[in-house]
Amino acid sequence: MDRREALSRVALIMGGTIIGAEAFLSGCKNPPAKEGLFSTEDVALLDEVGDTILPTTAASPGAKAAQIGAFMKVIVTDCYTPEDQKIFTDGIIKLQDAAQKKYSKSFMEMSPEQRTEFLIALDKEANDRSKEIAANDSKLTDEQKHERKLQQDLGTYKRPVEDDPHYFSLIKQLTLWGYFTSKPGATQALRYVAVPGSYQGCIPYKKGDKAWAT
Amino acid sequence: MPQDSSKININSGGVQKNTYDAIVIGSGISGGWAAKELCELGLKTLVLERGRDVKHIKDYPTANLAPWEFRHHGGITDKDKKENPVASHCYAFEETAMHFFVKDKEHQYIQEKPFDWIRGYQVGGKSLTWGRCTQRWSDFEFSGPQRFGYGWDWPIRYKDVASWYSHVEKFIGVCGSKDGLEAMPDGEFLPPFELNCVEQHLKESILKNYGNRFLVHARWAHLTQPNQTHIDQGRGKCQARNLCTRGCPFGGYFSSNSSTLPWAAKTGNLTIRPFSVVHSIIYDEQKQKASGVRIVDTNTKQSTEFFAKIIFVNGSALNSNLILLNSTSKRFPNGLGNDSGLLGKYICHHNYRGWLGGEIDGFTDSYYFGRNPTDAIIANYRNLHQIDTDFLGGYTTYCGAHRDRNNGNNNPQQIGAAYKESMTEPGGWTVYAYLQGETIPKEKNHVRLSTDKKDDWGIPQLITSVEYDDNDDKLLNDFFVQTEEMFTKAGVKNIYHTDSKQAPGLDIHEMGGCRMGNDPKTSMLDKWNALHHCKNVFVTDGACMTSTGNQSPSILYMTLTARAANYVVEQLKKNNI
Repeated sequence: MDRREALSRVALIMGGTIIGAEAFLSGCKNPPAKEGLFSTEDVALLDEVGDTILPTTAASPGAKAAQIGAFMKVIVTDCYTPEDQKIFTDGIIKLQDAAQKKYSKSFMEMSPEQRTEFLIALDKEANDRSKEIAANDSKLTDEQKHERKLQQDLGTYKRPVEDDPHYFSLIKQLTLWGYFTSKPGATQALRYVAVPGSYQGCIPYKKGDKAWAT
Repeated sequence: MPQDSSKININSGGVQKNTYDAIVIGSGISGGWAAKELCELGLKTLVLERGRDVKHIKDYPTANLAPWEFRHHGGITDKDKKENPVASHCYAFEETAMHFFVKDKEHQYIQEKPFDWIRGYQVGGKSLTWGRCTQRWSDFEFSGPQRFGYGWDWPIRYKDVASWYSHVEKFIGVCGSKDGLEAMPDGEFLPPFELNCVEQHLKESILKNYGNRFLVHARWAHLTQPNQTHIDQGRGKCQARNLCTRGCPFGGYFSSNSSTLPWAAKTGNLTIRPFSVVHSIIYDEQKQKASGVRIVDTNTKQSTEFFAKIIFVNGSALNSNLILLNSTSKRFPNGLGNDSGLLGKYICHHNYRGWLGGEIDGFTDSYYFGRNPTDAIIANYRNLHQIDTDFLGGYTTYCGAHRDRNNGNNNPQQIGAAYKESMTEPGGWTVYAYLQGETIPKEKNHVRLSTDKKDDWGIPQLITSVEYDDNDDKLLNDFFVQTEEMFTKAGVKNIYHTDSKQAPGLDIHEMGGCRMGNDPKTSMLDKWNALHHCKNVFVTDGACMTSTGNQSPSILYMTLTARAANYVVEQLKKNNI
């Protein structure tokens, strides 16, 4: 079998993913109208957050041009488990609250520099969390991991709270995945050849050449 | 669309109308070959397929889509995953190719022990989504069980199948290099895919450090340079897209749909009947041979019988067992040809639990062009001339190296323009390997029919009872130790390895249950794949396997099928069947 793709899939899964579906109860005073899990405002916010992570540069458009907010909405709605959906949607509120607290304005009102500075701090917080989760994970034996996988299959697994991913890890992961597999990401930031025609195993690489998208 | 089932219903057409020279059960990789050979040899052949029709190119809806043209960019939804705890374990069960896999609820079975039964019910079967790796068996594999006292002896040796391997290779198109390895015989090869520079380095390092371990380009059913035979099939060169499991509109890899079935159709001798679940094979007590096949039309739920002089059973290993077990008669109360009581027993598979990866410095001035749809292989180097380990059997190591997009982790800030730009260039090289290990056939690993649960067509459900043993653990451990050592000596670092502990079956190399052998007391099939006790029924898919060897099995099924089909036609001419 062609297992190579399986390996890359494993890498994807290791990043973590999950759920959602309840209405917000926490913190949000006048929640805007939502269609499903996300309001139009949420999608617009995610576009800007994504575009701060991966902004437009000389060579290629940013994540907003790849409609990254809409992509996150689709993936979270269709592919996440309910518990990860909740982390993600709660995360949108947390992100807004944190921005308000730190800059006394909403993320949308912040300058590009402020947005970057803010997300760098958030990224650090998320990375620390990921390290803790990885440390917890490394304590598990292969047997325990296997048991966990079986329970996940059966839908009986209850993830301990200390293993919950940070919401910003989810946002960032979806931004990277969605952008680099989007048309602008794959064809402008990276190189995409739909039909290579043949394979050459060993060709010179010179600095500056873009990586292959797939 | 249901096919025109009323036209060939026994009630409207009569026995004569439903009579063919040959019936082939299943249209997958071996059924397609049975159809091709039998039709070419002049037999009016009916191919029964339980699933829908899939026409080459026309029915590959995702074949030309870019990643961004999929709603989930190729991912899988939570709903699909939850509804398919078995099928979703398969690496290819995702948005891009899910339509070629059986959903869990579509054909239920009973897992007495965990078993991931991955199925493809459609014309072409799993040949659309198969792995495409096509090494020949060597005599080490054919004679291993006998030499080392595990399992039963094969009734054939390499010399019996070598020319049939050639016959198959020439038609399907196999790329590879002639390496002169006794553990992996050479064949009729088209030019290989090149090794990339890191793979070349691994090859040289392993050879230098061990002398008798060979990393080579594996053999794959891809047309790197089609010849006239392939062009005549309407197939073209592999375009190095590596999107094979979606079906290839170029016919770049071999499938029943792109090759054997249209070829058989051109003879005018082929009838394919989709939506036809085989209930059982009909045994004629007077003539003491099989007279036909009883099917259930999945659209009408109506039962129909078809008749023929010979029957090929190619339903995929476990379904072929199921059909034979369900084919009971006065003469064979325990399943067709099952005097020995062996039918359904000694189910085996390949050990696919070992995964290993690492990084290697350097080679940053080298890259590749195109997407290689193949892996390299380290030919089996264990237990060849003698048992040189603490386990039985051998293993194949698939491996390779690639250079992905930089992960950006070394960038001081992981937000913003510099971070993004750093990720648009290739990062360092990563190296990977995975295991394909022989498992030892055991009586307790078996399938049988449920006595109370039936499927949607009134056929008993299959119970699977298959598990790993200590030998599998030891072989797996050896793979980890040896591969890590070879890679470390080659400069690979940060090596990690994982025992996936996946259930048997997920290898999609399930085999046995109706094994070949010389002695009717200890085997089901003779050396021509005919049932010892019902000589006009041939089983030439994975069910026939006496042992598993360590190579990917599909090409051996195709080879045994072609050999059996030509044998049977000779016998028909001599009125021996």
